[in-house]
Amino acid sequence: MDEQLKSELRRQGVVATSLQELYNWGRRSSLWPLNFGLACCAIEMIAATMARYDLARFGAEVFRPSPRQADLMIVAGTVTKKMAPQVVRLYNQMPEPKYVISMGACAISGGPFKQGYNVLKGIDRYIPVDVYIPGCPPRPEALIDAFLMLQKKIDEQYLTGPNRPRHLNADMPSEFVVPEFGTHDLVPTQNSEVWKAPLVNISIAGKNESGRD
Amino acid sequence: MSVLTDTPIDLTPDLPNDRSEGQLLEVSMGPQHPSTHGVFRMDVTLDGEKVVKLKPVFGYLHRNHEKIAENESYLGCMPYTDRLDYICSITNNWAYALAVETLAGIQVPERAEYLRVITGELTRLQNHAGLVGFLMQDMGASGTPLMYAFREREKVLDLFEALTGARMMCNYMRFGGCRVDVPSGWLQAAQKVIDGFPKFLDEFESLLMSNEILMARTQGVGVVTREQAINAGISGPMARASGVNYDLRKVDKYGIYDRFSFRVPLGEHGDVYDRYMLRVLEMRESIEILKQAMRDLPAGPIMDPNTKIRGFRPKAGEAYGRIEGPKGELGFYLISDGSPNPYRFRVRPPSLINLTLLEDMCLGQNVADIVIILGSVDIVLGEVDR
Repeated sequence: MDEQLKSELRRQGVVATSLQELYNWGRRSSLWPLNFGLACCAIEMIAATMARYDLARFGAEVFRPSPRQADLMIVAGTVTKKMAPQVVRLYNQMPEPKYVISMGACAISGGPFKQGYNVLKGIDRYIPVDVYIPGCPPRPEALIDAFLMLQKKIDEQYLTGPNRPRHLNADMPSEFVVPEFGTHDLVPTQNSEVWKAPLVNISIAGKNESGRD
Repeated sequence: MSVLTDTPIDLTPDLPNDRSEGQLLEVSMGPQHPSTHGVFRMDVTLDGEKVVKLKPVFGYLHRNHEKIAENESYLGCMPYTDRLDYICSITNNWAYALAVETLAGIQVPERAEYLRVITGELTRLQNHAGLVGFLMQDMGASGTPLMYAFREREKVLDLFEALTGARMMCNYMRFGGCRVDVPSGWLQAAQKVIDGFPKFLDEFESLLMSNEILMARTQGVGVVTREQAINAGISGPMARASGVNYDLRKVDKYGIYDRFSFRVPLGEHGDVYDRYMLRVLEMRESIEILKQAMRDLPAGPIMDPNTKIRGFRPKAGEAYGRIEGPKGELGFYLISDGSPNPYRFRVRPPSLINLTLLEDMCLGQNVADIVIILGSVDIVLGEVDR
């Protein structure tokens, strides 16, 4: 059915839709985040739910304290190596379909504390992240923007076919390796199924014929 | 455990688990728990509803603050202090600036001192407002008081944003003064917020102060006696709620606090209710200070012209700078060896030291009271774990 006919029908009070659209609409309009704050960003996350920014306008006001009732994890703050196993465990306890927003510089890469010996350099080393919000801390508007981006992402998911999301594919994992404390670092230091080290192309100065790096 | 005992303190006494009258239950609260104010864990042993043992577990937000600071320049440490106690960044800046100024013997211009007092007291207002809201949330008044508190907090954050460019991580102070002067219209906006604040406090008090549920839940719960408070070294509103008359604004008179007339509220019972009321009264005194400071704000420079901020190398020595933060005595202890970065950078966090009495306060209480006792201590995990 083409879009023109659909909008014509809607004007007449008839809603024509596909199962995929209905399914995605239902899921994107009632995201239930996990009530879980780590550090500074958590205060901005709370501010986003309060009267001025009012996250409830986008169907995401029900913060659940239990991971069993939540389908969105907002990693809001610095993930230390002591906390990382708990974060992954909480993610594993959430039922599918589940999404992750990595809020703030610390959750993305370690941020200002990156050179610290106890700070994990990005939660995406252990769990798949859907939306990243930069900032230290990001404003509540940025968190709302991340919600809208995530809703758009959910809207575009297929129910069938090779591009269907993880929770509709029986072969894909829904639980990820929980790191353990090793002698020097977490073991494993990253989950290679989820995270690949970025390839950096470094040309050595002087070797390049053009004279430029 | 009691801090008054002379015998060595056994932090984790082994309790018999095979008693005839019933079994003890060990509950782990946190690190993911909606009422622990961050990633804080308590191993609680319960006898029915009663707490018989409580072991706090720290370190889930240990961000290596002190070690990172040893490799940063003195100026580079300033933004890190924002993230210590992330609710009140300006007072953290102030304590650090004071420590460096003591170390290098820097004088601060008059106008900068006034701006420090104004921003510092605004920080106290928004911290206490937020704390009272969170305490009500912990008590089960879900949403509404916190909404009211955050409404006021946002007004103060708007002022911070107009002044410093950031809502939370202000990075406002520099050693020798402040970073920027107030933009045009800021003082009028600030005056409006300050004048409107007592209305919020009246509203809050009429809604909550004599609320029966609030009194039943908080009075006589989590008592800290005067002796306990002094022996454990706790400071700030928590010590004053137990009747210890110790406010660094009166004791040290750092900055220009000797020019303002304000009272120091003191509690009598040292319970959760006193701690809650003390914060409300302190907000009223902060408004008095703010009114006087706004009235007397002089013109002039905001930075000491002789201070070289970049490439700053103080002489070898050590210094301790402390202020009355919203949570208690916040101190920075610096050792300089003449190099551009501190040799040792030590933070005296009020949250952590106020938390040392947690087990004493909770023993014998119901498990639901742990949550409000922890809420009334006013901790921020960024500062506890550093």
